[in-house]
Amino acid sequence: MSQQQRVRIMRGREWARPVRPARREVLSALPEVERGRPPLLFVPGFGHGAWAFAEHWLSHAAGRGFPAYALSLRGHGGSEPAPEATLRAYAHDVTQVAAGLPRQAVLVGHGAGALVVRHALARYPARAAVLVAPVLGDWATLGTALRRNPGGTLPALVGGGLRLSRRQLFSRELPDAEARRYAARLGRAGRRAQWQLLTHHDPEPAVGDPPVLVLGSPDDRVVPPATLTRAARRHGGAPLLFPGMGHDLMLDARWQEPIDAILDWLEKEHP
Amino acid sequence: MSPSTDPGRPEPDATTLAPPGDARPVSDRGDTVCVIGAGASGLTAVKNLREHGFGVDCYERETGIGGAWNWRHDRSPVYASTHLISSRPFTQFPDFPMPDDWPDYPHHSQLLSYFERYADHFDLRQHIWFGTEVIRVEPVDGDRWDVTTRSTGGYGPERISRYAAVVVANGHNWSPKLPHYEGLEEFRGEIMHASSYKDPAQLRGKRVLMVGAGNTGCDIAVEAAQQASRCWHSTRRGYWYAPKYVFGRPADQVNDSLIALRVPLRVRQWLYHWTLRLTVGDLTRFGLPRPDHRVYETHPIVNSQLVYYVGHGQITPVPDVARFHAKAVELTDGREIDPELVVFATGYLPRFEFLDPRVLGDTDGSGRPRLWLNAFAPGHPTLAVAGLVQPDSGIFPLSHWQTVLFARLLALRLRRPDRAAAFAQRVAAGVGERYSGRVKDSSRHWFEVGHADYLRAVQRAMDELEEK
Ligand SMILES: Cc1cc2nc3c(=O)[nH]c(=O)nc-3n(C[C@H](O)[C@H](O)[C@H](O)COP(=O)(O)OP(=O)(O)OC[C@H]3O[C@@H](n4cnc5c(N)ncnc54)[C@H](O)[C@@H]3O)c2cc1C
Ligand SMILES: NC(=O)c1ccc[n+]([C@@H]2O[C@H](COP(=O)([O-])OP(=O)(O)OC[C@H]3O[C@@H](n4cnc5c(N)ncnc54)[C@H](OP(=O)(O)O)[C@@H]3O)[C@@H](O)[C@H]2O)c1
Repeated sequence: MSQQQRVRIMRGREWARPVRPARREVLSALPEVERGRPPLLFVPGFGHGAWAFAEHWLSHAAGRGFPAYALSLRGHGGSEPAPEATLRAYAHDVTQVAAGLPRQAVLVGHGAGALVVRHALARYPARAAVLVAPVLGDWATLGTALRRNPGGTLPALVGGGLRLSRRQLFSRELPDAEARRYAARLGRAGRRAQWQLLTHHDPEPAVGDPPVLVLGSPDDRVVPPATLTRAARRHGGAPLLFPGMGHDLMLDARWQEPIDAILDWLEKEHP
Repeated sequence: MSPSTDPGRPEPDATTLAPPGDARPVSDRGDTVCVIGAGASGLTAVKNLREHGFGVDCYERETGIGGAWNWRHDRSPVYASTHLISSRPFTQFPDFPMPDDWPDYPHHSQLLSYFERYADHFDLRQHIWFGTEVIRVEPVDGDRWDVTTRSTGGYGPERISRYAAVVVANGHNWSPKLPHYEGLEEFRGEIMHASSYKDPAQLRGKRVLMVGAGNTGCDIAVEAAQQASRCWHSTRRGYWYAPKYVFGRPADQVNDSLIALRVPLRVRQWLYHWTLRLTVGDLTRFGLPRPDHRVYETHPIVNSQLVYYVGHGQITPVPDVARFHAKAVELTDGREIDPELVVFATGYLPRFEFLDPRVLGDTDGSGRPRLWLNAFAPGHPTLAVAGLVQPDSGIFPLSHWQTVLFARLLALRLRRPDRAAAFAQRVAAGVGERYSGRVKDSSRHWFEVGHADYLRAVQRAMDELEEK
């Protein structure tokens, strides 16, 4: 599908109104010896910050030889507050950090961060992209969210903050204390960006047509399995599934399986 | 050695063709594409061709990347104080943003570091042969090209390699244009072209005559106002001196807000004249000639300081030079002035010495190639020129899209020869097409383009090429 859309060359509005710079938090874990593997840039979803990847995935990826970075989108984690942020500003944050890395990077987006990554791919030629439990802003995902978490979702529809509950994010395998600790760290995305989850235009074609991997859990209580399948099919594949896990695959009890699958795939794509 | 010096690459493992009766050995590089020059346009050509799956050999006569923006290069036209005139969004490559905490108009050293990062990020240096000059490019059967190279400076043997396609990205701001004047040989003072101007110390305490009001002439005139004991600025017409900022924003960004709303050129010109009248005011009051054209009909001058120094009496505007005497310069209004140093900021001329001019459609030897989209030559479907544009904005996004279009065309030649053939017809029909409003005839204006008109034309070409 990404092949069929046309590249947009004239970007008058973007040139005339550049995104304002914002201080961005970037956390990283680097391998002890440089093995020529592409750097990974993890992009957290709405409400999450770089910390979510610093818990396990960054050091695990570095341990397997991949330089690993995670950023906090503006208004999240340790980045500058940005209540009026738009999807475009988030994608700008991603391309800024990616272009600042020493080599061409692999973008890994989680949740709504996957949508941000899809927009960033139209402005930066990633080596590859990975969409983890992607919230791509379709109505099915909204339906699921309303059903599973009406109290957290309804306010978002009238301009309030989207709140994800602990039970949507983690499986029961994760000790309750940890789940509470993580849930307490969640923030919220900008109001406008939240709305744009539903109203945004389809992302433009990805520069350089990079390979894209989609993965998630059939038991994710935010992203319905049909959405995973659709997202993967768009990129000509099937999703990798990790049954029994919650939406936050990078924090859940069995966090190692999905990251190992991602790294295995990358090693095959870029031997 | 400079940090960007590259030890060079391994020898290509190519078969050597030795056609009977021909003494010259030709190494066949198969499907590889040759890129001439590793300035910004050459780098983006390498990156985009690689991205579309092509092998690339890039030849660069200097020892580093960056072309004009690498001040270590002998031929670099930049001087110590050069800052961009196009603001960041119009200057950066569309898929590799400059850091957003850089100023609106970065310094030339920042630009070089940007290109160095681009080259490293996409691992481009491994495809570049440094210190290697292309001296001949000849079409051979099957739309292929024989490219003759040798070490820069003429040492060592010549090598001929055969390529599937060629991108000419040799730049157009390195060969100075020096006008002829009667009596110039008698003149006892110092003369130089702006290309050898590097540092304001060269002006300090001298009586300086600046000739030409392109951006170079205006930048140096401002430095002369600050450093020299006297500065005359000679122009052969009146110009619009546009400030870098209007309404608190970079002027090009304001202009593009209007372009995005599809405001027609005439209305934009009118608005611009009106804005300049309110801000800069009537320049004839300072003794500057009235412009003989509308704004955008000469290559835009972007300089907030020139008018300021004219108003302070530190720049004296004078008309064109009529002739030189031993100790004086005579102007067209009959006045004589006595400069010690004359700086010709009269621009540069594009040169393609390695190519038969007819290949680029320059049949009358005027030095003005006739191409479509300033890039494609009729009858040569595997040749493209990148960067032969003088835009009213940054040049790099234009070079980027030119090379993306060429890479896609080359890819389609294999998959969809019918599409490539239709493109070739388009090239033949559109040769010489212009992408700007009316401009004054001048050696610098035949390749002037409006960035919006130009990029829309590239967009149409890309859409037609890839139509389902
Ligand atoms: C003072 C000044 C300021 C400018 N400011 C701006 C600005 O603000 N914005 C803007 O967009 N543009 C500006 N320009 C225009 C400038 O020409 C372009 O920015 C840019 O340098 C063009 O890049 P290029 O790669 O096409 O050419 P170049 O930078 O000239 O690179 C061409 C390369 O090809 C190599 N080469 C040439 N011939 C051969 C050969 N036969 N064999 C091997 N190698 C060869 C050269 O060594 C060089 O490295 C400015 C120009 C000047 C003079
Ligand atoms: N700060 C920056 O970023 C910066 C700085 C310098 C240059 N640049 C860019 O670099 C490129 C080259 O600029 P440039 O200023 O060196 O050259 P230019 O734009 O070609 O300007 C040359 C000037 O000399 C005049 N001239 C040419 N031939 C003449 C002759 N025979 N007699 C009298 N006057 C003559 C021209 O007048 P006409 O009007 O008649 O043509 C013009 O005013 C441009 O793209 C420019 O924008 C950018």
